[in-house]
Amino acid sequence: MPDMVLEIRGLDAHYGDFQALYGIDMTVARGEMLAIIGANGAGKTTLLRSISGLMKNGNDQIRYNGAPIGAMRADLVARLGIALVPEGRQLFPSLSVEENLVIGGQVGRKGPWSLSEIYALFPILKERRHQPSTSLSGGQQQMVAIGRALMANPDLILFDEISLGLAPVIIKSIYQALPNIVGQGMTALIVEQDIARALSVSSRVYCLQEGRVSLEGASGGISRAEISRAYFGVT
Amino acid sequence: MEWFNAVVQGALLGGLYALFAAGLSLIFGVMRLVNIAHGDLIVLAAYLGLSVTLVLGIHPLLALIVVVPAMAVAGYILQRGILNQTLGQDLLPPLLVTFGLSVIIQNALLEIYTADPQKMNAGLLETASVSLGGLSLGVLPLLTFAVAVLVIAGLQWTFYRTALGRAFRAVSDNQDIAQLMGLNRHHIFGLSMALALAVTAIAGILLGIRTSFDPSIGGGRLIFGFEAVIIGGLGNLWGTLAGGVILGVAQTIGAKIDPGWQILSGHLVFLIILAVRPNGLFPRISG
Amino acid sequence: MSHRDYSVTRSSRAARVATVLGAILLVVLIAAPWWAGRADMRLMGELFLYLALASLWNLLAGYAGLVSVGQQAFVGFGGYMLFALTIFAGLPPVVAVLGAGVLGALIAVPVALLIFRLRGAYFAIGTWVVAEVFRLSFAQISALGGGSGSSLPTNIVRSMAASRDGRESLSYWLALGAAVLVITVVYLFLRSRKGLALSAIRDNELAAGSLGIDIWRTKFLVYVITAALTATVGALIFLQKLRISPDAAFSVNDWTAFVIFIVVIGGIGTVEGPIIGTLIFFALRETLADLGTIYLIVLGIVAIMIMLKAPKGVWGLIRARYDLQLFPLGFRVERSNNDKGT
Repeated sequence: MPDMVLEIRGLDAHYGDFQALYGIDMTVARGEMLAIIGANGAGKTTLLRSISGLMKNGNDQIRYNGAPIGAMRADLVARLGIALVPEGRQLFPSLSVEENLVIGGQVGRKGPWSLSEIYALFPILKERRHQPSTSLSGGQQQMVAIGRALMANPDLILFDEISLGLAPVIIKSIYQALPNIVGQGMTALIVEQDIARALSVSSRVYCLQEGRVSLEGASGGISRAEISRAYFGVT
Repeated sequence: MEWFNAVVQGALLGGLYALFAAGLSLIFGVMRLVNIAHGDLIVLAAYLGLSVTLVLGIHPLLALIVVVPAMAVAGYILQRGILNQTLGQDLLPPLLVTFGLSVIIQNALLEIYTADPQKMNAGLLETASVSLGGLSLGVLPLLTFAVAVLVIAGLQWTFYRTALGRAFRAVSDNQDIAQLMGLNRHHIFGLSMALALAVTAIAGILLGIRTSFDPSIGGGRLIFGFEAVIIGGLGNLWGTLAGGVILGVAQTIGAKIDPGWQILSGHLVFLIILAVRPNGLFPRISG
Repeated sequence: MSHRDYSVTRSSRAARVATVLGAILLVVLIAAPWWAGRADMRLMGELFLYLALASLWNLLAGYAGLVSVGQQAFVGFGGYMLFALTIFAGLPPVVAVLGAGVLGALIAVPVALLIFRLRGAYFAIGTWVVAEVFRLSFAQISALGGGSGSSLPTNIVRSMAASRDGRESLSYWLALGAAVLVITVVYLFLRSRKGLALSAIRDNELAAGSLGIDIWRTKFLVYVITAALTATVGALIFLQKLRISPDAAFSVNDWTAFVIFIVVIGGIGTVEGPIIGTLIFFALRETLADLGTIYLIVLGIVAIMIMLKAPKGVWGLIRARYDLQLFPLGFRVERSNNDKGT
């Protein structure tokens, strides 16, 4: 049995009366890059919010390194080594670029990532480090968001739609940087609208549809027809 | 010269109002909480100071060593025990809970200390004055103003130069994402209330040395602090000092025209500024 | 089962029963001068005026989201206008009470224009500033007694009714009338189009705005109506007291703190809440008043506990258990009576 970083069993999630996830089962092995695809409203972001602790769930429904974390507070989950790069970047507007990065490292975990490593990965951020984070371009803001998550030296990093709203050139450069990041023994979970990109970068893929897992498999071994059926529910 | 004197005295009085306002401004900035009991907490601090000076037989300013930490701890407990439960999208719970708190504090003080006005005895400090270019300035008002400047500079430094301030700003910007940075917002909110009440303690002691006080005056202190915040512009600590000075000057000039007009003219200047510049003179964040 | 077996209605059996019982109660209360003693009538009169104030504050804060801690501005203003209109304009007291309401609406317009610039919680403190401005201003008017206040001249008091019993009865009926009027106005307003808009705003201000509801105008209207009625009630309060002073007229404890506690304990955002809350408040007051300040501390603690643990108040707890609504506002789906039980 491979070393599992994350095991999700029968995960349900609700927003008030609305149920967003129905009995999700999912496993993520150490060091793997897993992609999650699915249409808008399929429950991808809800899944990431659940894992990171922003939504409370049954404690046993999510296990991280073998320990239950489903009902754990988000700040404690973060301290255990799960970091999220949220959809739409969501930098802190009243913090400078450097402060945004430094606050990411505040969980105090040891590891390869430090301010200088982030600046080496994204040199432009070093030039702009004292500017307000809101003054950066979309792509640069995305670099800060990724850097902020890396500063925590997480075991598991969650990327939510990191290509959303960015120019193709920027997306390309960010995805080129990804292997460098995950190559350092980190496990990654990538939510991505762009199916081709998700498949090319990942080793395995899950497809969500209306809050349920509709497809699961090795990224290389799934046909287009299977994906469109799992994605849109067309039979 | 008489008028100039009134302006200077008013400006110094503004230092006290800025101290009333600083705590209010701080907690609004961090968690968008408006604490209706703020004025009663100032009065509570004054009574604590009174008790400490009487029991230990020390100078009121030395009582700060006890009262400031006591109020800070009370603030942290208050925030974590009660106020954190009221925070959310709905404005009503924090307002009504702090309003209830205001009534409780006021009546508890009445029960313990009665309605008789009290004053702290600061000896020479109360009457000492220095002559400056023909003006006679009280040492206490000067000290109060200097403390206000120091407190605001200190808060400004904390907010923009320390890890705690970074956490305050991050939680204020986006609570969810701040949690992802390992910050427990309930703890951060507790710390901000502790800091706010530490400032309140200073304000209360200086108030209690300057004038007599009784349990009913909290509402008025809340209003002065609030007016200073709005005049100065939300989220701007130095603006709050300016707001306090404007309010103080308006009051002393009003009193010069007719003693009955002191407080009223302060309120009127506030309403005029609200009519002309609804976001205050130096706004930084939107309400 | 077809869709015809269901009907949408506002009414319910509880509401119909409540209407009948309410009508009987009203007749009994109108007849109070013939069955109640002077002290009881005074107490009931005071209760009705508090009920009116509480219903008005509930409309303002619970429905329109305008949390005011400065309604004492209009209570005191109404009281002073009663004195001014009877003493200086020679109006009969009952006419002066209505006049105070009209003037209350007029003064509320500039006040609203000013304090509507403050948002949310700062609005609340802004209303308090206005009340302080009123208090300090009336304290400057020496013709009305300045800071120490004045009494209503005896010839004006006598003009209400020849006998003392007659005056007591009249002031009781006016208080009862004010409570009935206020609850009716609040209820009808909430049932109107504007009232529905108010509920929409309360539930979601952004969505209501996108539906084309003019939020500012609706809130403005509620503020002015509430001010007018609060001033009317204020005039009645001081017609009962026959004496006014700035500190009594603009007391934040008497006219706002108690009123807020009544509404919070009874259940904010419901028509029934202020009624329940007023009954509880007076029951507590009559039993615990000897405790003085302790009573107020207890009241504050109860209000905080309710706000934290049961934000819909006592009426909310009752409604959650029995699904009651005495003043039907929401529509409900009912199974029709000729259902044959499929």
